[in-house]
Amino acid sequence: MAEYGLLIDYDWCTGCHTCEVACQMEHSLPPDQWGIKLTEVGPWEYAPEKWQYAYMPVPTDQCDLCARRTAEGKLPTCVHHCQAQCIHYGPLDELAKKLPGKTKQTLFSLR
Amino acid sequence: MSEKREYTLVDHKEPYRYDDNGLHVTRGSAWSGPGCHLGCGVLMYTDDDGKLVKVEGDPENPFNQGRLCCRCLALPEVVYHEDRVLHPMKRAREDRGKDKWERISWDEAYEMVTSRFLEIKEKYGPECIAFYSGTGRDIGQYITRLAWGFGSPNFVFAMSGQSCYSPRVAGCFSNTGAFWLGDYSQQFADRYDDPRWECPEYVVVWGNNPLVSNSDGLYGHWVIDVMKRGAKLIVIDPRLTWLGAKSEQFLQVRPGTDAALALGMINFIIEEDLYDHEFVDLWCYGFEELAERAKEYPLDYVEEVTWIPRDKIERAARSIAQAKNAILQWGVAIDQTKETIPTAQALLSLFEITGHMDKPGAMVPPPSILYYAGGWGEEFLTPEQKAKLIGLKEYPLIQMGFQEAVTDEYIKALETGEPYRFRAAWMQTTNPLVCTGVDPKRSLAAQNNLEFIVYVDLFMTPTAMALADVFLPACTYPERDGIRIGDGMQRGETINKVIEPLGESKSDMEICLEVGKRIAPEAWPWETVEDMFSSILEETGYDFEEMQKIAPAYMPFEYHQHEKGLLRSDGQVGFGTPTGRIELWSNFYNTCDLDPLPYFEEPSPGPVSTPELLDEYPLVLTTGARIWSMFHSEHRQIPHLRALHPDAIIQVNPKTCREYGVKHGDWVWVENQRGRCKRRVIETPVVEERVCSTDHAWWLPEAPAEMEDGLYGMWDLDVGNLIEYKCGKSGFGANYKTLLCKIYKVEEGE
Repeated sequence: MAEYGLLIDYDWCTGCHTCEVACQMEHSLPPDQWGIKLTEVGPWEYAPEKWQYAYMPVPTDQCDLCARRTAEGKLPTCVHHCQAQCIHYGPLDELAKKLPGKTKQTLFSLR
Repeated sequence: MSEKREYTLVDHKEPYRYDDNGLHVTRGSAWSGPGCHLGCGVLMYTDDDGKLVKVEGDPENPFNQGRLCCRCLALPEVVYHEDRVLHPMKRAREDRGKDKWERISWDEAYEMVTSRFLEIKEKYGPECIAFYSGTGRDIGQYITRLAWGFGSPNFVFAMSGQSCYSPRVAGCFSNTGAFWLGDYSQQFADRYDDPRWECPEYVVVWGNNPLVSNSDGLYGHWVIDVMKRGAKLIVIDPRLTWLGAKSEQFLQVRPGTDAALALGMINFIIEEDLYDHEFVDLWCYGFEELAERAKEYPLDYVEEVTWIPRDKIERAARSIAQAKNAILQWGVAIDQTKETIPTAQALLSLFEITGHMDKPGAMVPPPSILYYAGGWGEEFLTPEQKAKLIGLKEYPLIQMGFQEAVTDEYIKALETGEPYRFRAAWMQTTNPLVCTGVDPKRSLAAQNNLEFIVYVDLFMTPTAMALADVFLPACTYPERDGIRIGDGMQRGETINKVIEPLGESKSDMEICLEVGKRIAPEAWPWETVEDMFSSILEETGYDFEEMQKIAPAYMPFEYHQHEKGLLRSDGQVGFGTPTGRIELWSNFYNTCDLDPLPYFEEPSPGPVSTPELLDEYPLVLTTGARIWSMFHSEHRQIPHLRALHPDAIIQVNPKTCREYGVKHGDWVWVENQRGRCKRRVIETPVVEERVCSTDHAWWLPEAPAEMEDGLYGMWDLDVGNLIEYKCGKSGFGANYKTLLCKIYKVEEGE
């Protein structure tokens, strides 16, 4: 049963690739494999001066929520290093409480 | 030792070295190489075998608060990369461009450098040796000392018009007596929680992509931090950046017309009576003259020049003028304009007449922790030698105390032997053939006239392969100690060694000290680098070991310094200028035979100044777009970083792609009247139909190295092929970001 996950406030994701490389280094992944992968949606202009231009990191099957780190009381490395501080780790029920009241957030149930 | 200064410190849970789950952790600053403009707080993890295992961001460091960019995260790949040069090498001058390097000992390398440099000094004078620096490493000050201690005034930063940072610094000092930075609370140890700090109402991001470029000591994501706290954005850029898409107002400016835009806004603000009367009356000089000049920039004209609709300019001007506090978040696009001095003057004037100076959440003067940051060792340079600085005679502004030679005059001197023939060069942390310099064929021929070139770096580069006679291997930051002072708001930090240098590599500072002791012993009296660091830190009251333990140390900081007599050496209120006021009409420029008021000059070549070129080259090209995973010409060989940006790219609007018969992913030639370079097309609406944008400093470490095999592919990839050496009237600035071009498909086999 899944209890933990990542809440990504992708409103603020700048597409900096920090989560990808932090994860690759932590898990010794080659450059063509990711535990979390950045996706880009846009840019396109859907109304005058209204732009769809968003980034969203997506955890993959190789994400173990940094089991070794979290066992030591540390944050997953993507959460620790995220430059926009928009990835949050915790129990799903606590993360879910942050969803109402702000748009452009996604909750990933992972472990 | 001086009395210990009062610094605000951070509460650390652990000493600066501690153990964590079987690994050894060392806290320190991440600088440098590889290059960077910041110096984030890092935790470096090593194992029992003395190997660097990983690098993490230090959550206790107020600067980055645990965050890191991908370049430091991938640092172990840089440190242990198989291509690093790990022992000194030499090569015969006739073998320049050939991979005929011969391993030598440090003793032999030092002997070669010492005997040649001292021989040249005696025969021709020390000025005949140029000392080059690049950007983004903490070695610039040591190179100035090496040059000046030796007696050469010629410290070279090889960009045409030195067009990175220096022009804005020169402009700020000339007319305000200080440098000015956006206030993101970075001067406070408790950052955004400091009760004195206020969030800016607006951040005006102008010619800067701060999230990627992280320049001038600005951690780019602070812009995100203040947006989360309520700051609104006005973004002025030829490209719709991600920040532009998030902004309240986005002004898509034609490259190189920023001065016209700023002057148009100034005129509008004055006509609408929106300027800060009290601040202008009390603290500004020359307002009437500025107002008169700005009248030459009515918005109908400015709209035509900048390609920005008039209503958008009005709205942005009104927002800036009426904001409680606003930051001018400017960048190198302002320096990389040929008439950079009046451009920077115009932009800053806009924020001066609207009163966004020296107060919370606006522009503030950065505290300076050590005198050495602005160039170190000038006392060793006699007035007679100083007068021989290249460019000094032609450009009076340089006489006002700026340290760099004028590159454009230096290249001419290499070619003509006038006013004197250069004989040798020391190049450290710089790759002028593919990065800073332009017109690489001319650069190569000019620098090839030098009889002897010493090159210091981590990796072999196109410049070293083409030109160097001696290669001295530098190490990365985990392999050595150092002092982190740096750009922007200074703070006391140290770079702490965690592993032994690989092979025979040495720190940049150790190399300078050991060469300095041989060629200018009076300037380098220290036995060890630690002694040297302690000597530099002496005025703080802390020695190097103490600073390692307490870092980071924050200086006292106050707002409203001009009202408290803190900006002038005589203790009077006001600013450090001849009139004691911010000089909107510049006495300084007037003295230097420059226009004392800001003005706009059409970029040339350009659609307005050279319409005859438009039939052949119909697109405006802007260059130097920053890349997340690479610092200028570095990181091309680092697997995880290269994978994020494998190719040199050009961003082209989809309609333009259709018009020229190219599509996403195609390789194209980007060509103008001077030359061409290869780029891979990215179709994107972030650039408008008349403008393309490309990245810079490309070479391929995996391509054949030797000159006759293409010098790491640089001849096909260097955007410098399209750019000429031509600086502005002041000696500063060059048109790196405003060119004309055409694009067409690369044929098979090309």
